Amino acid sequence: MGKVLEVNGPIVTIQQPGIRNGDQVKIGRMNLIGEVIHIRAQDALVQVYESTESLHPGERVEGLGHPLTVELGPGLLGQIFDGVQRPLDKIMQLSGEHISRGLEVSALDRERVWHYLPDPEIVVGNRLRGGQVLGTVRETETIEHRVLAPPDCNGEIIEHAPEGDYNIEEIIVRLRLDHGPVESLRMYHDWPVRQPRPYRSRASSGLPLITGQRILDTFFPMLKGGKAAVPGPFGAGKTIVQQQIARWANADIVLYVGCGERGNELVEILQTFPELTDPYSGRSLMERTFLVANTSNMPVVAREASIYVGVTMAEYYRDQGYDVVMVADSTSRWAEALREVAGRLGQMPVEEGYPAYLASRLAAFYERAGNVNTLAGAQGSVSLIGAVSPPGGDFSEPVTSHTKEIIRTFWALSKPLADARHYPAVSWLESFTDYSERAAEWWSENVSPQWSLRRQQALSLLAEADELERIVNLVGPEALSSSQRWVLESSSLIKEAVLQQSALDPVDSYCSPDKQFQLLDLVLQYHRTGAELIDLGVPVEQLTELVFGGEIRRLKSTVSNDDLSPFQDYGNKIRQAFDLMRAEYHNHRGAAS
Amino acid sequence: MSELEYRKVDSIHGALMFLKGVGDVALGDRVQIRGKDGRRRNGQVIRTSRDVVLVQVFEGTDNLDLENTWVRFLDQPFELALSPDMLGRNFNGIGAPRDDRPPLVSSLRRNVNGSPVNPAARAYPREFIQTGISTIDGLNSLVRGQKLPVFSGSGLPHNRLAAQIVRQARLPGDSSNFVIVFAAMGVSYSDARFFEQEFESSGVLRNVVMFINLANDPPMERLILPRTALTAAEYLAYELDHHVLVVITDMTNYAEALREVATEKGDVPSRKGYPGYLYSDLAEIYERAGRLRDRHGSITMIPILSMPSDDITHPIPDLSGYITEGQIVLSRELHSKAVYPPVNVPPSLSRLMKDGIGKDDTREDHPRAASQLYASYTRALEARNLASIIGAEELSDRDRRYLDFANRFEEDFVRQGPDEERNIIETLDLAWELLSLLPPGELSRVSEEDLHKYHSWEEH
Repeated sequence: MGKVLEVNGPIVTIQQPGIRNGDQVKIGRMNLIGEVIHIRAQDALVQVYESTESLHPGERVEGLGHPLTVELGPGLLGQIFDGVQRPLDKIMQLSGEHISRGLEVSALDRERVWHYLPDPEIVVGNRLRGGQVLGTVRETETIEHRVLAPPDCNGEIIEHAPEGDYNIEEIIVRLRLDHGPVESLRMYHDWPVRQPRPYRSRASSGLPLITGQRILDTFFPMLKGGKAAVPGPFGAGKTIVQQQIARWANADIVLYVGCGERGNELVEILQTFPELTDPYSGRSLMERTFLVANTSNMPVVAREASIYVGVTMAEYYRDQGYDVVMVADSTSRWAEALREVAGRLGQMPVEEGYPAYLASRLAAFYERAGNVNTLAGAQGSVSLIGAVSPPGGDFSEPVTSHTKEIIRTFWALSKPLADARHYPAVSWLESFTDYSERAAEWWSENVSPQWSLRRQQALSLLAEADELERIVNLVGPEALSSSQRWVLESSSLIKEAVLQQSALDPVDSYCSPDKQFQLLDLVLQYHRTGAELIDLGVPVEQLTELVFGGEIRRLKSTVSNDDLSPFQDYGNKIRQAFDLMRAEYHNHRGAAS
Repeated sequence: MSELEYRKVDSIHGALMFLKGVGDVALGDRVQIRGKDGRRRNGQVIRTSRDVVLVQVFEGTDNLDLENTWVRFLDQPFELALSPDMLGRNFNGIGAPRDDRPPLVSSLRRNVNGSPVNPAARAYPREFIQTGISTIDGLNSLVRGQKLPVFSGSGLPHNRLAAQIVRQARLPGDSSNFVIVFAAMGVSYSDARFFEQEFESSGVLRNVVMFINLANDPPMERLILPRTALTAAEYLAYELDHHVLVVITDMTNYAEALREVATEKGDVPSRKGYPGYLYSDLAEIYERAGRLRDRHGSITMIPILSMPSDDITHPIPDLSGYITEGQIVLSRELHSKAVYPPVNVPPSLSRLMKDGIGKDDTREDHPRAASQLYASYTRALEARNLASIIGAEELSDRDRRYLDFANRFEEDFVRQGPDEERNIIETLDLAWELLSLLPPGELSRVSEEDLHKYHSWEEH
């Protein structure tokens, strides 16, 4: 039994001979749980997941003999966990509205009974490989939970439970391991969070992750198994973007990790998701969702752990063959937790107080995203989407700049756009994606072969307009030619009719890929036809006076995903009006000459 | 309580005292210090080991020496005595009376640090509070249980605005008012007096608890003052079922005190010398606002902070903005145009507005009208910007309309008297009066029905 030597905020120095780095320890009368992060000849340093107030030197320390692990089995979905995987509703039953310290609560319900269907291939006498599917239980109406053998056990099956109702502590499979001993498997197993779960091989990149958000899907698409970052100053709408992705992404499972953010945001998810309908399954969204919450007022060390706890659970569902999206809000708070611990350890700070290993830790975390062939022989993916909260909105700060080098899709949020209530405030100039070519294949097969072209046209129109706006701000709009002013008109139409999308609008909150394309196509058609008239010499004022602008801007909230025919009708209406104008103009000119 | 008193001060640095050989002392414990002058001071253990104990002294260490300083460890954390009698009283940062009345006696005591609220126990705030101020009610609505700071600058009328909110805040159709917890850190005597007079003249003084640390009071006390005040607020809200409005001013002074101690402790600085844990530390304060599922009361928080050199990217407003649920930003430009309240509309935001407004709470057009005002005002500011380059005469008709809109918006909508109370319907009607300056084709954020019902456009 060891003892406490020093208490310095969340860092406690202990004397405990023989303890290993990474091991969990239980400290003092209050049974605080911590993790060894540094070992020296005489003592060891522990980061404690809970507040160390009232702890004093001399209190006892007990090594638990294992690193931080999570329980993986049926019953995770629909739950909200804290940063070290304790279910918050259980904590509430034990300690009321405030979280008291030293509570031991296991993640999975021991009492709950699941109806287990054994896999027909797992029969006595067969070999069992690590990570294989033993059988299934229905975790929620939407999700079938595939009970997995732990990745590291191989042997011969000597017993398999028949179909029936079991709790997770009951033994369902016995096998003789290759090196002799008999191992009993239950419906859950533990896995250390800092160790990525193994898979057979990486698979080629997946299909686009459709989020129903036009600026994301059409302009800066990401793929299933990809990694993306959403940086933005406060008030730019990071959380709404993240929540929209959690709501509408076409993934099987969504994990929302609230890391050092507001308590009320998680409450909002807990209260709204059960009532929202998953557009893919038609069932309640909460059936495919679960949360990890370490809010900003919860202890900082557990914040560091929460990201790993989250991604390990995401990998577990990936290993069952699911496409999982993990949304982490915000990775900056996680990095700050790293910084705080490093500072207490007296490690040399490099940039803005962050330790030198910031970049490598970030890279290692995002590397856990990917599309893989699982040990069970299926395909699954983990997509990681991390919010970044740069101080002062400065994207050159360490967390944003390191993240930018790692991720493949960058959805940069802009304060000026948010100030004008242009939501989502994703900047078309600063954002980028490396996945557009792969995404184009899917869009051209499933939506329209024109997709790439339209996307490109829209982006160049926006870029051109930004250039022109600079000129206007210097010398005024009179300096522009008619066709340039038409470009400005059309770009503002793209911004307002296509890019802006209200999360609160019941019709427009989710936009199907077909609607995304048809809306963009319509706006570009309007631009092209108008540009032709201007080339003929029609003055730009005559075009802007047409009433179409306001109507096109409202189409996104009037045309529903289920019936896109109004776009066609509207396209025809525009064409007729423009043809009429063209004819009139010809007549007019004919008469004049 | 330990009766042992030690005279083992090893060194003194600023507000910090190092003691050696005092045995095993718990982190966070309360400490009493007595110097040669006999004055009793209060401190707290902020780091502890078998050899050295580090104590932070709230009243500062002036006049203390190494030989004649006695230190007593009380073997308990910092606690505040709580009783309904605290209403109408005035305390300092550690909960001692400032009003020449006896200290509170109560068997109910709570650790001022509180413990984190379980997110699963929270209720989502969604009840609209009418403040009678158009820029808040119409554009950045406050809801019960929200934390909505005022980002201000030196010389701007943030105190007057806060006082007006305190005076006018109520749920529409509800006469019961708020109980107020007022926490002042490092403010001038005249500012503190201003609030006291405001409370007095509006007759709410009996429903106010004040925690005050003036500019010439010990700065270290500011580290504990907001925690003490919020402990009182939690008691009033969750045990006595009051709806509590907490006004905290000025968070900048709090952060400065934190920086001072952090520097003395040798913590690694991050930005502008503030410690890396400033975010978590501020969150411990701000996150104590809210609503709980099974409790009647609520804590609505209006922290005031002055942005050093009006810089919103300074760490204090920046980190606050990441924690609070929006912000009301004051503008020096509007203030110099004598517009009161000088609310700078574009950067202001209320994150919880969306669920507290609309058909059942205010009026069905509210969300869209607010969004439209924002969009049109931003567009109008562009027009004004353009006018400053090429001259207003050169503007197109459309831009001239926007220019007119910008002026009318600031004059009629933003500006109102310090005693003027507009109900939400008046605010929304005013919004439509302004939107009627623009043709319907320019209004893409509102629905056809809204236009039909509220917009009265006549071609000029």
